[in-house]
Amino acid sequence: MTTLLRETLDHSSIYMPTPARIVAVEQFTELEKWFHLELPSGFTIAHQPGQFVEVSVLGIGEAPISICSSPARSNGAFELCVRRVGKLTEALHRLEPGSMIGVRGPFGHGFPIDRFQGKDIVFVAGGLGLAPLRSLITEVLDERGKYGRVALLYGARTPNDFLFPDDLKAWAARGDIECHVTVDRPTDGWDGHVGVITTLLPKIDFPARNTIATVVGPPVMYKFVLQDLLAKGIAEGNIWLSFERQMKCGVGKCGHCQMHHIYTCQTGPVLSYAEVKDLEEALS
Amino acid sequence: MRILPKHLLNAWVERLRIDHRVVAPRESHGQYIFDEITSADELVLDYHSSVLPPKKYFLPPREDLFTFNAKTMEMSPVIEEIEPTVIMALHTCDLHAIQLLDRIQGTGHVDQHYQARRRKTALVSIECMRPCMDQAFCKSLGTLSVPEQFDVHLTDLGDRYAVDVGSDQGEALIRGMGFFWKPSDADYERFNDVMAGKWPNFDYRLDCDVTDLPNLLGASHDSALWDEIGERCLSCGQCTKVCPTCYCFDVVDEIDLKLEKGKRVRVWDSCLLEKFAVVAGGHDFRSSRANRLRHRFMRKGKYQLESYGLLGCVGCGRCALSCPAHITPIATLNTLNERRQASPGESA
Repeated sequence: MTTLLRETLDHSSIYMPTPARIVAVEQFTELEKWFHLELPSGFTIAHQPGQFVEVSVLGIGEAPISICSSPARSNGAFELCVRRVGKLTEALHRLEPGSMIGVRGPFGHGFPIDRFQGKDIVFVAGGLGLAPLRSLITEVLDERGKYGRVALLYGARTPNDFLFPDDLKAWAARGDIECHVTVDRPTDGWDGHVGVITTLLPKIDFPARNTIATVVGPPVMYKFVLQDLLAKGIAEGNIWLSFERQMKCGVGKCGHCQMHHIYTCQTGPVLSYAEVKDLEEALS
Repeated sequence: MRILPKHLLNAWVERLRIDHRVVAPRESHGQYIFDEITSADELVLDYHSSVLPPKKYFLPPREDLFTFNAKTMEMSPVIEEIEPTVIMALHTCDLHAIQLLDRIQGTGHVDQHYQARRRKTALVSIECMRPCMDQAFCKSLGTLSVPEQFDVHLTDLGDRYAVDVGSDQGEALIRGMGFFWKPSDADYERFNDVMAGKWPNFDYRLDCDVTDLPNLLGASHDSALWDEIGERCLSCGQCTKVCPTCYCFDVVDEIDLKLEKGKRVRVWDSCLLEKFAVVAGGHDFRSSRANRLRHRFMRKGKYQLESYGLLGCVGCGRCALSCPAHITPIATLNTLNERRQASPGESA
């Protein structure tokens, strides 16, 4: 099996993508679509949960997008959940099953899942942050016996903004993962929790010393979630965050994603709070 | 060491031009630029500094990465096969800069576009005898002599050059050419005198030692100076364009009117420009001019050293010369140093 990055080839380019076919598309919300992609035969994505790929629509450009499917279930295919927010993602949203896109990667470091074994894990997802976390959640649930207690805290703007509805249902039905969801603004008929994501944290009573927290969401969410996780006594090195930056190259060259000394596309996008706590550009 | 009599220099360059593209500093509108020469007469070895550094020969301001057909998804890499090239008369600061670029582009994910050009290029450097401009601080940064890796290095001994060869690629430019003599004892003596004589011509321009630079910048992270010079900075990005070690880029697609055939192109970019760090949702994690300036200084004096083992600044002084707001590394670093000494232990 060949990986997607053409870096061992002398007369090729690390900047040239590999074609991938869109085999299914599902509209999750007004802004977010889920894409199921298939690689040409012989290629594998071989990613860690939390890694990203550079996605190309030829003629439009390229953007970094987290892989939302489980590595173990990939088998020449993978999934992306994409918010329509810029030029590239606008173009991607117009594509239908059968269309081809380009992919490079996977890049960077994902969640260090080997270090999570035997631990209790809290997944904290805000909005689109569920996409990279889904890769990790699926992996953890597939090998459920390796971990302690597991909980998902997921916040969306409104009940219409939930991503991966089928997964949410399936996870809630399993019984071996605590699922708590909240919305910032309820709509008619919503009888669930209302409030920002931090209002869900008191529901988790895992012993702090053995707990891993993985947090992915919009920049504004990190500050408040971190305060509460640290107040619970979770160690700085056990809190893992994913950073969204403008990775134009994915290979540590273009400079756009650099926050202080860290090339987010190489050392990140997943970094522990211990690594970033003094970095103004990471958490401001 | 070998000897090249000055009257044979042009003959050597003409000989090299038979099977090489020869690039050298030449005069243009009262300044010097690196350009391909069409005659050895155009060559200038005694020049102050070039407007742009020689990085343009390895990382062009604009370069195609690959071509594509958006309909068929056919893609083809564009790896430019340049003709064998010799860049003449590089100052040692620029040589140090290329050493850093080699390390960056060859570390981790290797950039084949850079490699293809670099592999075909031999570098002939020249020993600097006098400061080339007021804003140069090469002596402070340790770039006033050749780095470990070089191809051919010339030292002006008056009527002749001392020629040092540092690589096989360099040896190939010399061997069998018939222009080079064996040095005499007098040549060695003259060489030692010239080398000893040049050092007093240069001043240490930084008030702190080069080894202290990362500490100084680390201690100055929250300095008020960044806001002060940030007030003056125009975010024009001139400093990064003329910097021999800046290599950040942007990537754009170009496509024909039928939306079929196109290419992906990379162009020089600058971390000083306003939108450099904006992410898709609009969040800008380096929105102030002060923070962008600080980022550039940190990269040059601290981050690159930590990541690649070499300083990101070679003291060439081009950024100081090109800055419309007169922001200079010498004044900036010395002010940081002054403030650190005034309030040790606190953030300057």
